[in-house]
Amino acid sequence: MKLTRIIILCTAIAVLLAVLLTIGGCKKKPAIERAPIKVGAILAVSGGASFLGAPEAKTLEMIAEEINAEGGINGHKIELIIKDSQGSSEKAISFAKQLIEEEGVLAIIGPSTSGESMSIKNICEDAKTILLSCAAAETIVNPVAKYVFKTPQKDSYAVISIFKTMKKLGISTIGVVVGNTGFGKGGKDQLEKYAPEYGIDIVISEVYDRAATDLTGVLTKIKAKDVQALVNWSIVPAQSIVAKNMKQIGMDIPLFQSHGFGNIKYVEAAGKAAEGIIFPCGRLLVADVLPDGHPQKAVLSKYKNDYETKYNEDASTFGGHAYDAFMILVEAVKKAGIEKENVRDAIENMSGFVGTGGIFNFSPGDHNGLDLDSFEILTVKEGKFVLY
Amino acid sequence: MSFELLFQYFLSGITVGSIYAIVAVGFNIIYNTTGIINFAQGEFLILGAMVGITLSPFLPLPLAIILAVILTVIIGALIEIIFIKWLKEPSVLRVIIITIGVSILIREAMLHIWDEKVRALRYFTGTEVSSVTIFGAHISPQVLWVLGISAVIVICLNFFFKFTLIGRAMRACSANKTAARLCGINSKRMVTFSFMLSAGIGALAGCAVSPLTQTQYDMGASLAIKGFTAAILGGLGNSMAAVAAGLIIGLLEAFSISILPLAYKDAVAIALLLIILFFRPSGLFGSREKSALKEY
Repeated sequence: MKLTRIIILCTAIAVLLAVLLTIGGCKKKPAIERAPIKVGAILAVSGGASFLGAPEAKTLEMIAEEINAEGGINGHKIELIIKDSQGSSEKAISFAKQLIEEEGVLAIIGPSTSGESMSIKNICEDAKTILLSCAAAETIVNPVAKYVFKTPQKDSYAVISIFKTMKKLGISTIGVVVGNTGFGKGGKDQLEKYAPEYGIDIVISEVYDRAATDLTGVLTKIKAKDVQALVNWSIVPAQSIVAKNMKQIGMDIPLFQSHGFGNIKYVEAAGKAAEGIIFPCGRLLVADVLPDGHPQKAVLSKYKNDYETKYNEDASTFGGHAYDAFMILVEAVKKAGIEKENVRDAIENMSGFVGTGGIFNFSPGDHNGLDLDSFEILTVKEGKFVLY
Repeated sequence: MSFELLFQYFLSGITVGSIYAIVAVGFNIIYNTTGIINFAQGEFLILGAMVGITLSPFLPLPLAIILAVILTVIIGALIEIIFIKWLKEPSVLRVIIITIGVSILIREAMLHIWDEKVRALRYFTGTEVSSVTIFGAHISPQVLWVLGISAVIVICLNFFFKFTLIGRAMRACSANKTAARLCGINSKRMVTFSFMLSAGIGALAGCAVSPLTQTQYDMGASLAIKGFTAAILGGLGNSMAAVAAGLIIGLLEAFSISILPLAYKDAVAIALLLIILFFRPSGLFGSREKSALKEY
């Protein structure tokens, strides 16, 4: 009996060793082509934030395919490794460690949400791995971390654009509702920070659950305060629910939303209730109506057409953030080769890069590179996004 | 606080409560036959709504909803036959765990079939912007639909469980399976039937609330939790009580918002729920004697 066990054990060990050796052997195979560049991506492809992650992942796949079909960057093919974090910070952390330690990636694109980005900011910084976040919160790049960049416009710029519009409309008292996510919290902080500067009084500010299915209660409370406008800062589905509930309880004040509203699907979900919503947004959604001379026109039209032909769905600004992140990396690799430090320096010194989010001018003090001008104020008219 | 405002809070409570109530009803049917809680109930809801939404552009709304209900009923039956029927004398706990597994399975399947986007069924009457004015306060007509459908379901269920042979047989299975079998009731068939019924009611509820809550593949769990809470508060097994309890929770939440910050809404509702259950462990409307006879 004992002997059989020992034999089985020995066989198991032998098999294990053999497998390990084979794997090791494979790795040592001499490279005939130039080594591929490993790029990791941590995106919320499914789960509650999938409206961000899904178009981002599709965009990355599309670009990687395109670049590899053309023979790669300076002969280096791109090996894209996409991990689905489902919007969870715990998963983002473990994927980040896996991508850095096991895959040895050059850079990580993502995560999709602000909360996740913050939870892996230090991991990437410590491991000296470039992180190109696709999330909005200002704290991702402020304070600046040497290896951490982000492509979406800062939420403070969104807040300032909203307040400027309010001033034009003569609005001075507002109510604020935000979802209890990293994005919502970031928006609330920025709204409260800049309100005094623009002479705006936040009369009431409330936080709701991210999975809330009805907000008539809190809207009733705001209605009673008699404010001139409402600002909602959240991710779906609440963005559509706020709009619907407002109409249902007969609130007629203007509704402002964050730059997270930039997907026509939310307009469809809110139907007629979406009419007249005002929000700041990158120019992707209004690419068609930009004047021909606009510096972003060509990039925007190309990305929009490519995406829409390939996936047969409307392009959103979120996919655009991933596009910018990937193209900035590609641009840096073209210039500086595949050495991690050189690529990082190339990104930090990049200026005048035209992306979907705006024109990026990075510097050691600014790892976002966009300015206030990257936002346009949009509104919804007859179920479509138009310039306000 | 003006009367108008007070009434608006009341209507807001009814809006939320109606959603909880219609979800809660579905939990009771399987419980009435088997004594188990079906944790896949939320997924039945979303599945029904998804099918309804997919069919609605091609068919008139009532027909799309009927087809969605029928399809979900078939899936409910298949699930019971594949995962539960062949088990020999499964314990209650085991079946509960199976339903949790099934809920994950349905959720992932829906993600693959329909993707991750948020959808909504169109309003039964009116649109997103229409509202009914009652005493100066406003409410969406869809809420009235949800309440009406809940009422019809509850009345039909009460009739079914009290006066029809199958309904009585199902209740007998829950009370005492062995005795029921000795009387010639095919208890296995009754369990299948209860899954079909609760899947069907779930699908109908899912379609009814979809215009209000919108529908996304992973929303089932959060809807089910509040529905489950309402079912427990009312006293498991009693559909009428479930609706009342759902509305009570909705009203509690709405009035807590009027005084406290919104963030405490769930805390207030759940704290009150715990206090009530502390004094009435079998629910607001449940009987203590009856619940002592149940396994769970």
